[in-house]
Order: sequence, then C-alpha cells, then structure tokens
Amino acid sequence: MENNQNIIEVNELQTSFFVGGKEVKAVDGVTFSVPSGKTLGLVGESGSGKSITSLSIMRLIAEPGKVKGGEIKFNGENLLDKSEGKMRRIRGNQISMIFQEPMTSLNPVFTVGDQIAEAVMIHQGLSKKEALKKALEMLELVGIPSPKARLKNYPHELSGGMRQRVMIAIALACRPELLIADEPTTALDVTIQAQILRLMRNLQDELGMSVILITHDLGVVAETCDYVAVMYSGKIVEYADVNSLFANPKHPYTVGLLKSLPRHDIDQEGELSTIKGMVPTPDDMPKGCRFAPRCPFARDMCRESLPHLEEEENGNQVRCWIHTDKWDGPEVNVKHDYESAASQQS
Amino acid sequence: MTTNLLQVNNLKQYFPIKGGIFGRRVNDVKAVDDITFGVREGETLSIVGESGCGKSTTGRAILRLDEPTSGEVTFNGEDLLSLSKGEMRKRRKDLQIIFQDPYASINPRQTVRQVLNEAMAIQNVVPKEKRLDRMMELMKTVGLGPHQLDRFPHEFSGGQRQRIGIARALAVDPKLIVCDESVSALDVSIQAQVLNLLKKLQKEFNLTYLFISHDLGVVRHISDRVMVMYLGKIVEIGDKKSVFDNPKHPYTKTLLSAIPVPDPNAKRDQIVLKGDVPSPIDPPTGCRFHTRCPFATDKCKNEVPELRNTGADMMKEGHNAACHYIEEIESGEMKPKYT
Repeated sequence: MENNQNIIEVNELQTSFFVGGKEVKAVDGVTFSVPSGKTLGLVGESGSGKSITSLSIMRLIAEPGKVKGGEIKFNGENLLDKSEGKMRRIRGNQISMIFQEPMTSLNPVFTVGDQIAEAVMIHQGLSKKEALKKALEMLELVGIPSPKARLKNYPHELSGGMRQRVMIAIALACRPELLIADEPTTALDVTIQAQILRLMRNLQDELGMSVILITHDLGVVAETCDYVAVMYSGKIVEYADVNSLFANPKHPYTVGLLKSLPRHDIDQEGELSTIKGMVPTPDDMPKGCRFAPRCPFARDMCRESLPHLEEEENGNQVRCWIHTDKWDGPEVNVKHDYESAASQQS
Repeated sequence: MTTNLLQVNNLKQYFPIKGGIFGRRVNDVKAVDDITFGVREGETLSIVGESGCGKSTTGRAILRLDEPTSGEVTFNGEDLLSLSKGEMRKRRKDLQIIFQDPYASINPRQTVRQVLNEAMAIQNVVPKEKRLDRMMELMKTVGLGPHQLDRFPHEFSGGQRQRIGIARALAVDPKLIVCDESVSALDVSIQAQVLNLLKKLQKEFNLTYLFISHDLGVVRHISDRVMVMYLGKIVEIGDKKSVFDNPKHPYTKTLLSAIPVPDPNAKRDQIVLKGDVPSPIDPPTGCRFHTRCPFATDKCKNEVPELRNTGADMMKEGHNAACHYIEEIESGEMKPKYT
C-alpha cells in the first residue's frame, strides 16, 4: 500500500467504545486510501461508523472510545503514533474538518472574524492584525456578501448557509492538504446545499486539496466524489470509483440502498424496493457477513463466515461471497436480480 | 371544486412579534399569507418548499393546532374554524397528523398499548371490550408484532417508532392524515419501508394525505399532486408529473435543479440561486421570489403575481403557477440574468 500518490491511507482501523464492561466495535477493520487531490465519499446509514472513522483520523475519539488498532498514514507518517502536541499542530492546519451543524461547532460568544483569525494565529503565527486581514480574505473566498461587516458578526446573526460558509472559511484558512467534511450540507436547504457544494468544488480545484466527504445522501456523492466507500456496521462493504459504483454496484447492500432511494428526476411506478429488517445492534452482531440477515441472496456460508474485502482488476473492492470462487450458490447478478430476490424474502 | 374533501381559502397565519418595554405587538411573522387550495378525497397532495416557507404551519393551521389568523378551512362541507374547541376535538377523529420526530411526539412513559388505547378512548371510536382486538389489528397493519404492545417507545428503532405514530393516527379511523416530514428522520432503507406502508394504507382505507416534505424524491414517489410554497405563498401547484417534468415557476425550476441526482453521468443545467430566503417578517414586495429570481423585472418588484393556469396540464384544475412571465420564459424571450 506504499504509494506516494495517496494523501492518506487507513489500514485496518479499529475503534471501539467500552460501555458497561462491554466492547462496542464502532469501526471494525476499515481500510481505504484517498488519492491526492481527489474526493472520497464515505457513505452509510446511521450507525455504520462513518463519522467515527473520521473522528479517528483526527484523533478526536473521547472516552469511553478508543482507537484500538490499525494505522492512519498521512503523508507517509502514522497519525496514531503522534503525540497530542504534534497532532494539535496537524489539526486545523494540514487536516481540517467541517461538521454538520455549524451552530454547535462555532463558538457563540466570539465574532466570526475572531474565530477565523484564531486558526491562522495559532498555526501560522500571524499577528492579530494580519490574521484579521486573512479572515477577511477567507470570507471573500467563500462568497459571503459584505465580508467586512460580517467579520464583526456573531454566529447567531448569520443564517445556516452563511454559518456553514464561515465553518468552511475557518477550515480552509490554513490551506489544509486534507479536508474532512462530515455531512456538511445535511442541515441545509437544497438551494443552499447547491451553493455550498459548488463552493467546495471550486475551492478544491483552486487549492488542490483532498477531501473525505461523509454523507448519507447518494445524490451528493454522485455529484461531488471521485471514489466511494460504502460502510455497513463498522466495515467497508464496497469501494469503487464513482462511475462504477452507480453504474454497476456489486454489493447487495449498495444495490439495495440505490434501489430504495426515491428519485425526483424519474418515474418509479409501484412500490419502492426496500431492505428488509434493520441495521444490527452492536451487542447482536451477526457472526458472518454483517448484512446477511437482511440480504436477499444470503446462504449458510454468508451467515457462517465473514467475507474479505476482495480487490478486482480495476482496483475496486467488494466484500461479498457472491463475487468469490467460494460462492456455492447459483450464479447471481446482484444488480439485476435484487428486486426479484428481495420480493421472495420472507 | 365541490368534490374536495378539504378546501382551504385565503388562509393566513401571522405570528406576532412582541417588543419594546410593554411587550407591544411590533410586527408579524407572515408564515402563511393568503393561500387557497383544495385536497380531493383519496389523493395525496404534497406541500414542498424550503425551511420557513410555511408548509408545516399550513398543516398545523388546518388542524387548528395553531389558531389561524384568518381564512376558511372547510372539511367535508363543514367550516372547521367556526367550531368550538370541544367540537374541534371531536372532529380530529377525522383529521390526524403524523409528525417528523416520533421520539418527541410519543409519550416516553407510555407503552404502545397505552398510546393506542388513549387515542381510541378520547375519540371513543371503539367500545372498550373490543379495543384489544383493534390494537392487535393495528399492530399487524403497520408491521409490528402483537408481542411488542407492552413495550415503551425507547425500546423501538426510529422506523418502528414511526410505525407506532402511524398506528396511533390510524386508531381513530381518520379520513385525512397530515404527514409532517414523517419520513425525513429515517435512513433511506427504512424510509422506503415506511413510504410503502403509507401507500398501502392509503389504498386499504381510502385515506387522503396532506404530505409535507422538503424531499422532492419522496414527494414524487408518494404524491398525486404537488404544491410548491415560497415565503408563505403558493408559487406553483399541479399534477405531480406536470410539475416535476414541466415546472413553470422559476423557483420550482431552481428547486428541482438544485437536488443532486444519484447518477454521476446525469447531465443537467443547474441553476444556483444567489442569497438566502428573505425573512418572512418583512417579505419582499411584489413577487416574493424577485430578490433571488434570475428573471426578475420592475413589475415583479411591484405587482404580486396571481396563481394562474399555465396551460401545461389542461385536465381538471390543471397546473397553476404564480409568475408574471411564464410564457416569456417558456418561449426563451426572457433570458436569465445569471446562471
């Protein structure tokens, strides 16, 4: 996996929470990499471990959580070996993060200008005056109207879209190499979402940074990502370039997810396809493939043992017995056969 | 028009803003400002729009969960706004609501049995001795097991809890259900299950839905007709297919073009609006969309456009939009000032 073109490589990451003497494996052996200058989408439903993965990269997992194992190589260096002091110099400087809810991640008692300035003062050692000048530049960059007046505003004086722009301004003030965006547009209206996504794309081109975009919205993924990792119950079940993932999804979970999505742009007559049942709870994790209890193709082998993430010739990966030599069932075309198989599911 | 189960005429909902040292009424939030529409029996009419457009307020005003400022709400030929509080409570047997957040709308200290029993007791729809049978039946209808009847809400997942909300609404045999963002908090795979359930129930019990949502994918799937709101006004209303495939109002066009499509190769001309939704306290004059509209002229600033037939869908009441320049934009005579 040594590859200079990857800005970040995550290997066998394990993050668990220890509650009431029990271990809950939130992230269980996650491996992926992000090519330099590209955007990776990390997709999954609630509880799939996508946010915990990103917090692990930032080393922001708090008690009772703990990164148990694996490595996170950023520019060739393992972040998990860094001291807290060194990590602090990386955070907000080389790796930045934006969150879903800008109101709770901005400090309500400081002005917007002060908060942007703080980041550059800490990381780049600028004076307050220079930092405020930089803050003004950043507000212009993220397209906030009358930026000079806005510098003196408090977060509550701004709308949701404006706040998210301020978050982006803070995150990008130090020109990070990697931006982790955790559901950055989920709380926003679609017309504002379109503005923010366009802004993020333009800034990425301009600054040449790499992005990990965490989202549950497959539309946003299709629009902004180069690569996609689909997570389910703490594991990656499929990793592919964005075109392959949407044109030719391999894992039954990915297919189910795509088919259960109501579309605004095309007619879907009749019932929506669904995924039976629900996500397993951590204290009742299936022994084999985590998706087996809901999978319309599951056989005994799926329930018994966990498949590996297998790499295909094109570099895409899928964790499913169907795509291995060991598959002992009838030949299956997952995308094509999903609906008929799902309708026969009890 | 006489066949409408629900008819809303000139509905206004203003919320006062108190200010000054005496707490005088200094201004109003004009959440819903003079809207008129009807819902036919057995259909699903969706209200869509962004936060603050007044879609939820409309739903709440119809049920009189907030007392409307003025207007007329006729249900089954009866004017709901002239009923006394007691009469209105009885009428709510026919008009139910399912909220977005089942965590917040179901009493956490009651078991499912108590929740359903209370609903039936208040409306007195089922005699006491038959209630247990009815509960069992309801649980089955919404896809829960009868053994789950004595569980508390926290013992259920989000999707199951929403099913409890649906069972509670169904318990009193309603005619119309207002679904206020009822599937918005759910993951897609669970959302699909609940949407299928709502559709199935509609057929089975001949229900009428007023479906409030910001998710246009969900709306396209569930609706017969769609109504688009912006800042307290209806900007477009019509048959689902007509509105989605042939939107007439510039706002509807931008709204539809702004939604990301789950297909990386989809070619589309995205119109990205400038600015935010203005405040409903001091909404723009004339057409409320004129501050963000790429086609706006002086006329839009000064004259309020009326809802009028667009000629797109000649059936029934057709497809209406509130824009001065539907024809000019359609013919290409007017060009957007930015894209």
